[in-house]
Amino acid sequence: MLRPIKLAAAALALALAGPLAAQDGTPQAGGTLNVVIQPEPPGLMIGLIQNGPTQMVAGDIYESLLRYDHDLKPSPQLAKSWEISEDGLTYTFMLQEGVTFHDGEPFTSADVKFSVDVFLRESHSRMRTYLTHVKSIETPDDMTVVFTLNQPFGPFIGIFEPGTAPMIPKHIYEGTEFASNEANNTPIGTGPFKFEEWEKGSFIHLVKNENYYMESKPYLDEIYYHVIPDAASRAVAYETGKVDVLPGGSIENFEVPRIRDMENTCITDKGWEFFGPLSWMWVNNNNKPLDDVKVRQAIMHAVDREFAKSALWNDLGKLATGPISSSTRFYDGDTPDISYNPEMAKQLLAESSYDGETIRILGLPYGETWSRWAEAVKQNLAEIGMNAELIPADVAGWNQKISDRDFDLAFTYLYQYGDPALGVSRTYLGDNAEPGSPWNNVANYQNAEVDAMWNEAALMASPADRKAAYKTIQDKIVSDVPNIWLLELGFPTIYRCNVKNPISTALGVNDGFRDTWIAQD
Amino acid sequence: MTRFILGRLVKAVFILLAILVFNFFLIHAAPGDPAAVMAGEAGAADAKFLADLRARFGLDQPLYVQLWIYLKGAVQLDLGYSFRQQMSVAELIGDRLPATLLLTGVAFAVSLVLGVVAGVAASARQGSWGDTAISTFALLFYATPLFWVALMASLVFSVWLGWLPGFGYSTIGAGYTGMAHVLDVATHLVLPASTLGLFFMAIYMRMTRASMLEVSRLDFVKTARAKGLKRSVIQRRHILRNALLPVITLAGLQAGQIFGGAILTETVFAWPGIGRLMFEAISQRDYAVILGVFYISGAMVLLFNLITDVVYVLIDPRIRLTS
Repeated sequence: MLRPIKLAAAALALALAGPLAAQDGTPQAGGTLNVVIQPEPPGLMIGLIQNGPTQMVAGDIYESLLRYDHDLKPSPQLAKSWEISEDGLTYTFMLQEGVTFHDGEPFTSADVKFSVDVFLRESHSRMRTYLTHVKSIETPDDMTVVFTLNQPFGPFIGIFEPGTAPMIPKHIYEGTEFASNEANNTPIGTGPFKFEEWEKGSFIHLVKNENYYMESKPYLDEIYYHVIPDAASRAVAYETGKVDVLPGGSIENFEVPRIRDMENTCITDKGWEFFGPLSWMWVNNNNKPLDDVKVRQAIMHAVDREFAKSALWNDLGKLATGPISSSTRFYDGDTPDISYNPEMAKQLLAESSYDGETIRILGLPYGETWSRWAEAVKQNLAEIGMNAELIPADVAGWNQKISDRDFDLAFTYLYQYGDPALGVSRTYLGDNAEPGSPWNNVANYQNAEVDAMWNEAALMASPADRKAAYKTIQDKIVSDVPNIWLLELGFPTIYRCNVKNPISTALGVNDGFRDTWIAQD
Repeated sequence: MTRFILGRLVKAVFILLAILVFNFFLIHAAPGDPAAVMAGEAGAADAKFLADLRARFGLDQPLYVQLWIYLKGAVQLDLGYSFRQQMSVAELIGDRLPATLLLTGVAFAVSLVLGVVAGVAASARQGSWGDTAISTFALLFYATPLFWVALMASLVFSVWLGWLPGFGYSTIGAGYTGMAHVLDVATHLVLPASTLGLFFMAIYMRMTRASMLEVSRLDFVKTARAKGLKRSVIQRRHILRNALLPVITLAGLQAGQIFGGAILTETVFAWPGIGRLMFEAISQRDYAVILGVFYISGAMVLLFNLITDVVYVLIDPRIRLTS
């Protein structure tokens, strides 16, 4: 009965998101932007710590060579142009001239080589994996960097964003122990904003980089990131005008419609294309009866995802069609049917080896929405005649249980970093299933045929070949149902409409407020 | 008296050590560790990343070695280092303690004074409409969950009426100094302090009222009345003084908590105190910070218990201290 109203609300959300694409008016300089940050980051040195809140602040301070539009197409940042050789082995980047770090030292190709080859190789786990494809990094002159790869690695052009490949000042870090360097408390990058002050427990203050290399940018004078630990208080902070931007996930979903309807308030779910956050339930393929594909299929068809989307997620996001998110490269929506169908689920269950076992569901301890969702799934399973119970855990406990594979079904969501070879294959590769980590192949899905295809697809030079390979992979995995795919999550960013351009890339608020300005009247 | 105090202090040191050892094992018994939490937030980590973090945090050592290192530091008043926050624990607590002291101190003082006054007033006219009104309010505040009061106070006074700031310690970016700063902090203090204070005020009020009524039925009060003493003198000198003992016991217990912070109030009102520091440290398994806060608040509870015992003697000469 409620559905038509919720759909109307969703239509409103989309209508409001519309004006974002157009850059309305001429940018005006000046003003202070107040943004919520949650939780308080453990540090701001993005080369050492890569969690969400750290990147949100560090995205203003640090930059990488490229940025990516909503279709993940690269555009210049610290590199003004680049070339990829025909064979896909050589990547040459020409750097911007006249770029300086916040302490006045010039930014050169030596910093690029140091950042990637020394610093990130030492301290950044994702980058360490990508760098296994890199044979050498050369700097023929101050403004040119040449990466030579061992074999073609298609995703390579997609890794030059601040969370993956931040440019770090060589003159500060060379020869020091990175993790304990005092400079980590006063981060220095090339970005549009400089670190000014961090009062732990209260706020982080950034100020405009007056010597920024892009004409007239940034527009804002300063940014305050407010640390507000309680979700309800974060909503109050917006309502009382203390903050202007609520990044995705800062308030509970059930408060979104109320805040969205406030005056001068815009909402958008853009700015997550690079991450492509996809939620699913890990299925413990080691445990009986979940090793039976019929049981997994039954669960897949029993879960009412449309309900979860409208009741819990304000109709933002999309129903997942398989392991790859629709904003990620080489997505294919034409996969085998996994839609909600309780009748089919009952039938599959009857044909399966399920014998009344109790399925233990581990919810994600990230607030109300996720708790309700786990309860809804428990209900869905009961409807087709499966017994289920919920296991409680806090964040640390959840990590531990996932690492130890101590569950039957477990909610999660992970980022895909724009390319299946970067963010998806890790979840399904058979040799990446060792217990002890919460982000490898936790489900212990084993399919040697698919493994071989993943490995080949990552190293194909031609995008067309890769597309075809990933199409087959998606079909195969979806018919095996190693995990129960749920939603491509929609994390709405809510902001005052006179804040213009808060989101201009596929990384959204995590890419800094370089192009953001405030309309004064 | 001196012997009593010295004896208690020696005992206190051992109790404190026991608190630390017990809590050390308690928090290590919780699933997960700080390295896994940090890696968890990053959303991706390989085995080397985790091993590096664990080695840096000292978590690769056996548990008894970690305990020994911690206790050795603790005895020398070294509270350790928070790797998560990249700061020494003493510095972290030192940064947060003033905010907590201000909040809990004000809430404590106001609730004690108002609670006792209201309790005396209610007991003076037992059964009158004034007594009923005070008792009803006290019961209401006593029974209402703190977080609900906090949210409602913030909704009414901050969102609807716009009279008071709903969260934070001061206006960020305003750059107030001197009197303007004091006033700014004071307006930020009103909501959290009254939320926290209301509950304790209700307790003190009920305790004072019950205790006053009980004492007023004793024989010596009858004698005082028979002597023809003024009603107010009987109330103040004879009944109140005797009725205060249980209230002081309770206040002594609460005073210890002043340093432990007010986790809920600080979280809802984004008050940058140590209650919140500890709450966040627990969910992040930041062992050194959790133990540091236990250390400080444990020491304070012991100290205030001692002070309470001494205050008994001052108020009631019948009580003698023996060690």
